[in-house]
Amino acid sequence: MVTVLFFAAAKEAAGMELLRLEVSQSLSLLQLQQRVLQLVPALQPLQSLLLWAVNNQYAVPAQVIESGDTVACFPPVSGG
Amino acid sequence: MIQLTDQPLDYAAITESVRDPAAGAVVLFLGTVREFTAGQQTEQLEYEAYREMALASLQQLVQEAASMYPLVKVAVVHRLGVLQLTDVAVAIAVSTPHRAQAFAAGQWLIDTLKQRVPIWKREHYVDGRVQWQHPSQEAAVAPVVGEAS
Repeated sequence: MVTVLFFAAAKEAAGMELLRLEVSQSLSLLQLQQRVLQLVPALQPLQSLLLWAVNNQYAVPAQVIESGDTVACFPPVSGG
Repeated sequence: MIQLTDQPLDYAAITESVRDPAAGAVVLFLGTVREFTAGQQTEQLEYEAYREMALASLQQLVQEAASMYPLVKVAVVHRLGVLQLTDVAVAIAVSTPHRAQAFAAGQWLIDTLKQRVPIWKREHYVDGRVQWQHPSQEAAVAPVVGEAS
């Protein structure tokens, strides 16, 4: 099971705070992104903006995702 | 001191927390809620964070700053929730032996926080419109990936 968290405009577009996905085997972040965008088409217009983190660290598309990981999906940050 | 809080920031206490006999300089930066941005009038601002990652990211920021500048002490506190005009959204206090290092470290910390820490602001304009702010929207440049752990 992988948990995907959404924040700010991504949460608003998705209409949900989180999504839980069964993963039968490890997959790349890129593959996970494709699954999330298929399951939540409302995120597709934001696709080019979205940033992704795995277990609290920004991650590259090739990063391997395993069951138990927490993935986060959000737009560019604007704190301060 | 590294904190996210829903309460108003006590910037006097935050400044006090970095005072030290080894420091000859203390610099405090406050980010405050501004009324006009590009001609648009703000009524209030709302901040949301990915708290767990934001705290980890702030810790990392402070560690990096400490490797670049001779910090004696440092405090970074960001407020979340709904803020009114002039409210303090972020306070960064640093102390160093000499003033140039304190100004430089404070500048680096706020600049890097704004690029990297997962916190978002939503503008509530006086005309009733509400809009998430994504400053790097045009560039859509991801922050540094694979930061040193």
